[in-house]
Amino acid sequence: MKNDIITLGHGSGAGLTKKLITDVFDKNFNLPTLDDGVEIENRMVVSTDAHVVQPIFFPGGDIGKLSVTGTVNDVSMSGAIPKYILITYIIEEGFSIKELKMITESVQKTAEKAGVKIIAGDTKVVEKSKADGIYITTTGIGFLSDKVELSSAKIKAGDKIVVNGNLGDHTVAIINERQKLELDPPPKSDCAALNKLVQVMLKSGKVRFLRDATRGGVATILNEVAEETGLGIIINEEALPISANVEAICSLLGLDALYMANEGKLIGFIAPESEDVISEMKKNVLGEKSAVIGETTDKFTGVYLRTSIGGMRPLLMLESDPLPRIC
Amino acid sequence: MKDPNNKKFRDPQLINKIVADLQKWQQPIKIMEVCGSHTMAIGHWGIRKLLPPSISLISGPGCPVCVTPSSLIDELIKLKGVKIATFGDLIRVPGKEETLEQARARGLDVEIVYSPLEALKLAEKKETVFVGIGFETTTPGIAQTILLAANQKQKNFSVLPAFKLIPPALDALLSEEDLSLDGFLLPGHVSVIIGSQSYNLLPHKYGIGGVVTGFEPLDILRAVKILTEQIEHGEATIVNEYNRVVNRDGNKVARHIIEEVLQVNDALWRGMGLIPKSGLTINEKYKEYDASKKYEIMLKDEEAKTGCRCADVLKGKIIPSDCPLFASKCTPANPIGSCMVSSEGSCAAYYKYER
Repeated sequence: MKNDIITLGHGSGAGLTKKLITDVFDKNFNLPTLDDGVEIENRMVVSTDAHVVQPIFFPGGDIGKLSVTGTVNDVSMSGAIPKYILITYIIEEGFSIKELKMITESVQKTAEKAGVKIIAGDTKVVEKSKADGIYITTTGIGFLSDKVELSSAKIKAGDKIVVNGNLGDHTVAIINERQKLELDPPPKSDCAALNKLVQVMLKSGKVRFLRDATRGGVATILNEVAEETGLGIIINEEALPISANVEAICSLLGLDALYMANEGKLIGFIAPESEDVISEMKKNVLGEKSAVIGETTDKFTGVYLRTSIGGMRPLLMLESDPLPRIC
Repeated sequence: MKDPNNKKFRDPQLINKIVADLQKWQQPIKIMEVCGSHTMAIGHWGIRKLLPPSISLISGPGCPVCVTPSSLIDELIKLKGVKIATFGDLIRVPGKEETLEQARARGLDVEIVYSPLEALKLAEKKETVFVGIGFETTTPGIAQTILLAANQKQKNFSVLPAFKLIPPALDALLSEEDLSLDGFLLPGHVSVIIGSQSYNLLPHKYGIGGVVTGFEPLDILRAVKILTEQIEHGEATIVNEYNRVVNRDGNKVARHIIEEVLQVNDALWRGMGLIPKSGLTINEKYKEYDASKKYEIMLKDEEAKTGCRCADVLKGKIIPSDCPLFASKCTPANPIGSCMVSSEGSCAAYYKYER
């Protein structure tokens, strides 16, 4: 079997992407971390992210908004406060200037709301049909306060695992648009900047580690954490916040919300007895449906789900994603 | 809908009651779930862990992608200058050299669709071949699309027929000597079309009972309970547990559409070979929509020698983890056999849920 070319599977954020990072990128760059954001010096954190979402405009957002929130969130998950963004547009010949204006206004509006500044950028145009409309890359810069030190190494057995709301909304919004499922009302993407919510959480001093649950979904991140820490994770299906709409689409199309990409959801590992953190999260508009979905343990390794009927099953890393260009 | 997500079929109290009953069962029995969606549901809800060791659920040949000969992929890759429209499951099935996904990366025009109607729409712009894979559940929609194409006189559209029928496959399966089964969980969706009476050959010819059932945990557990009761009383009948959607005779409208466009033929099953009268092809009247005639496609019964034991998995002779390639050389990201590709494939379901 030939395996010598890039397929869409290599961009899924799942097993094949990881293989590509190990076999090609890390082999050459010898990266200090495979995380999205990295602390360079003087408590400065940088992160970069490319956006190729299709369709460009979708309920709850557009490629412009997504390119800001995606990078703001990547910087924020390190605990840093994002401040600046650099932006690069790759545009296909023939793209509408009106749409480019709309996207750019959306970039600015999202940046203002998140309290970050767009400070520089670049524009490239390629021939008709050599790209699909528009791609946007953003790089974010943020700063860590002295007290903040988030790391998976800090996670201990018995820690609680929280999410800040409903899972799967972004993916379902995209599927609905792309496949013209015509759900009524149309599901909205959860696309949002989480930097302010993160700062609320950090005040408690009880947060050990944060990740945003984008491609690969909650299940993939839990597996990465279980692998890095050597701890076991048990998730309670009953506690998972999932809307009735998303649940119905999942049964219809054979999908699982735990593997769906989110664009405004984080997973937090926090110290036990952290009800105060949850109640603070719930006061934030992006955390109203926050919930403890499970906990870590040293009694076994790997990630397991206790199903709502009392069964148990392993929750594995996403191996391949049928849905390309979700973000 | 009052209960869109079927909450009442997930009632923990009722489930606990049935589970407690089933836990008392001692005689070792083997029950085959024929349908891939049942395999998925059993894994998804962790149902195997709720059953006593005496009751084993084994997976049957009910995943359409898994039973499609891999030569179909090779034949599709040879098609030049046309668009291939397919359900997503097929895209990572290995052919002799490549998957459709890899061939697409090299320039083959492959598009994933969620409905055959989308494929008919694509034909307005470019000659399109829709890959007609599926059991009785999927077939009527595809047959209806052929009728629509004929109505629109859309010459750019054709379907490569690889449709399969469940009852003849069960017949072939049970005529194998070294298979000992005590009962069947029969497919809910397929039965909506063909009706519960289609399985009468199981008790009449082989003395084995079956329960047509749905996909919620209570459906599946109740079906297992009914089978244990039959076994206990030495009975074998077909019971329709899924009577909220399935009736005795099936959906006459859907069956009429199938009869109008398709005809029963012998069909090639991956791992099971040629099974008489187990497939549907496009009939003479609609032959211009038959891609196998239009492009002269013949499927061959030859599988690459990889050590993959899909064939034994499909027949329920081994469970996926008995295959030496399972979860080592063969994973969903790098599947060797098609049972690992489709989300409904036994190996993929075991990989995801039962390791």
